[in-house]
Amino acid sequence: MGILEVKDVGKRFGGLQALGDVNLSVKENSVHAIIGPNGAGKSTLLNCLVGKLIPDTGSVMFDGQSVLGRSPHEINQMGISRVFQTPEIFGDLSVMENMMIPCFASRDGAFRMHAVKNMMTEKDIVEKAEAMLVDMNMADKRHMHADSMSRGDKRRLEIGMCLAQEPRLLLLDEPTAGMARADTNNTIDLLKQISDERDITIAIIEHDMHVVFSLAQRITVLAQGTPLVEDDPENIKGHPKVREAYLGEAA
Amino acid sequence: MLGLNKNDLTLLLVVAVLTLFAPFILNPFPADSAMAQFNAGYPDLMQRFIIFGIFAIGFNILFGLTGYLSFGHAAFLGVGSYAAVWMFKLLSYNVVPAIGLAIIMAGLFSVLIGYVSLRRSGIYFSILTLAFAQMSFALAYSVLSNPKFNLTNGETGLQVYKNDPQIFHGEGMQDFPHFFGIYMNSTHTMNVGAWSFDFNAGYYLCAIIMIAVFYLSIRIFRSPFGMMLRAIKSNQTRMSYTGLNPRPHTLAAFVISGMYAGLAGGLMAAMDPLAGAERMQWTASGEVVLMTILGGTGTLIGPVLGAGFIKYFENIFSKINDNILHQWFAFLPDGIEDFVVFIIHPFIGKGWHLTLGIMFMLVVIFLPGGLVEGGQRIGKWIKSRGKSDDKTATTEPAE
Repeated sequence: MGILEVKDVGKRFGGLQALGDVNLSVKENSVHAIIGPNGAGKSTLLNCLVGKLIPDTGSVMFDGQSVLGRSPHEINQMGISRVFQTPEIFGDLSVMENMMIPCFASRDGAFRMHAVKNMMTEKDIVEKAEAMLVDMNMADKRHMHADSMSRGDKRRLEIGMCLAQEPRLLLLDEPTAGMARADTNNTIDLLKQISDERDITIAIIEHDMHVVFSLAQRITVLAQGTPLVEDDPENIKGHPKVREAYLGEAA
Repeated sequence: MLGLNKNDLTLLLVVAVLTLFAPFILNPFPADSAMAQFNAGYPDLMQRFIIFGIFAIGFNILFGLTGYLSFGHAAFLGVGSYAAVWMFKLLSYNVVPAIGLAIIMAGLFSVLIGYVSLRRSGIYFSILTLAFAQMSFALAYSVLSNPKFNLTNGETGLQVYKNDPQIFHGEGMQDFPHFFGIYMNSTHTMNVGAWSFDFNAGYYLCAIIMIAVFYLSIRIFRSPFGMMLRAIKSNQTRMSYTGLNPRPHTLAAFVISGMYAGLAGGLMAAMDPLAGAERMQWTASGEVVLMTILGGTGTLIGPVLGAGFIKYFENIFSKINDNILHQWFAFLPDGIEDFVVFIIHPFIGKGWHLTLGIMFMLVVIFLPGGLVEGGQRIGKWIKSRGKSDDKTATTEPAE
């Protein structure tokens, strides 16, 4: 039994069957990649996991509890954090403030009014945020305006913000999309380090095979809304069905 | 001190000193000089500066921090005024219960309106609040003023009559709002040479309350809650995917700013025990938006500056007429004098809105951060000029 169990999930948009009978099991403390050609339903599946979409059929269980019908912030509080394709950070705030917000969220829950408390007396939050910035190699940027950083740094900050909440499952949606080679490699190293050092499960959606084969311990291939194969990376590489899905029948 | 850092404390002290010494500062010209019409230090106008300052400080907590543009805040001002006048009618002319009920009623009202309006964001939120405010206006103006159930007294406006209960109104008390015996309209006039300064009890009550709520707004801006509100403005998607529920945060900000508006409405009634429906109209809601943007959205002091600026224009510019202009330009040859007066004429008197509109456009285009940004730029310019005079200026590398 994995930490995330997706059973017979289907989702239809009008006449388009975006997902049909998707089954997926992500093992605890592993790195699981979901790959597939464009339009395979990868992002739809991810949106069903985090509460942005509600599937028409099937069930999604996280650690034995259903996530269906819960709103994104409730699912996050259960222990699922999500990294977006384009980094979603608080652009108008400083890097330090960006890091403090998830620390508050994991300490105080979805809403707590600290209307007249002084920020700097919240020592535990400040220390935790500082430590996370050091971990992410961003301590020197703490006073920077988050929007003024490079794309790679924004991605690093976003991952750091997710980790600051100590999630049990980290979902990444094409984390290296649109990145230069050097930034991509940095991100791979960072993710490797995270999965080695922390008690965390990572599920990653990716186009870039270089990223997938450097990280994943298990791979699910999705095509036209249904999973084709789920196997170890070595077996996926030469799998005829996978080649067919990616390159067309002639291959 | 007071849980503020050095800059905020300085700002608070400056505001406190300026408000407490306003009767001097706003009356710089001798009482019977030609410039006396630019004096703003009379009680009525000074009270309005402060009351609208409070209104704008509260509005800025919602608009400046969360970015939710409410077009219906005047409704809370009106509710506050009605609540206060009802307290005068039922209990006594003491302002404490009146202001208390004004804040509570505005708070309850804003929970209701906010709960519905905050289901949408952006322009839809603005339209919903505008609709609610216009509904409140219509209710106050006609629906709730029929002979069977007269809550608002329609277009006459709610006021205190001789046959009202006023159960705590003592014998020999004047018929005017008071703070435990200090009447709001009592004014002490101090004459120094040709100058005359008015110290009004009502003004000082408003001023002390404003300093208190300004302090509260600094605390809110600097608190974790304030940071969450700025996070909502910056990126609501990240907010919900960080496990935070944006809805109660925005509702809390909405209610706090509604209560500020209610306080302003209550003070308005305390200074002049009358409440009319026009206080709730959409133009009044628009005015506070202008004040906040003109002063500097999201800055601490901006809304107060904006409120003072607009109220000064409304009261001083509108009083200039053609005769005064002719006096000013009397030194010019006749034909040119008439021509100059003809050119300036549309911008003064009833045309002060035109001047205000032009000023507003100039500020929005050239100083998007409002008057506060203007002040900062002047400050920087003076600093940099001082540096180059000393020849110690160092060029800093661009980031």
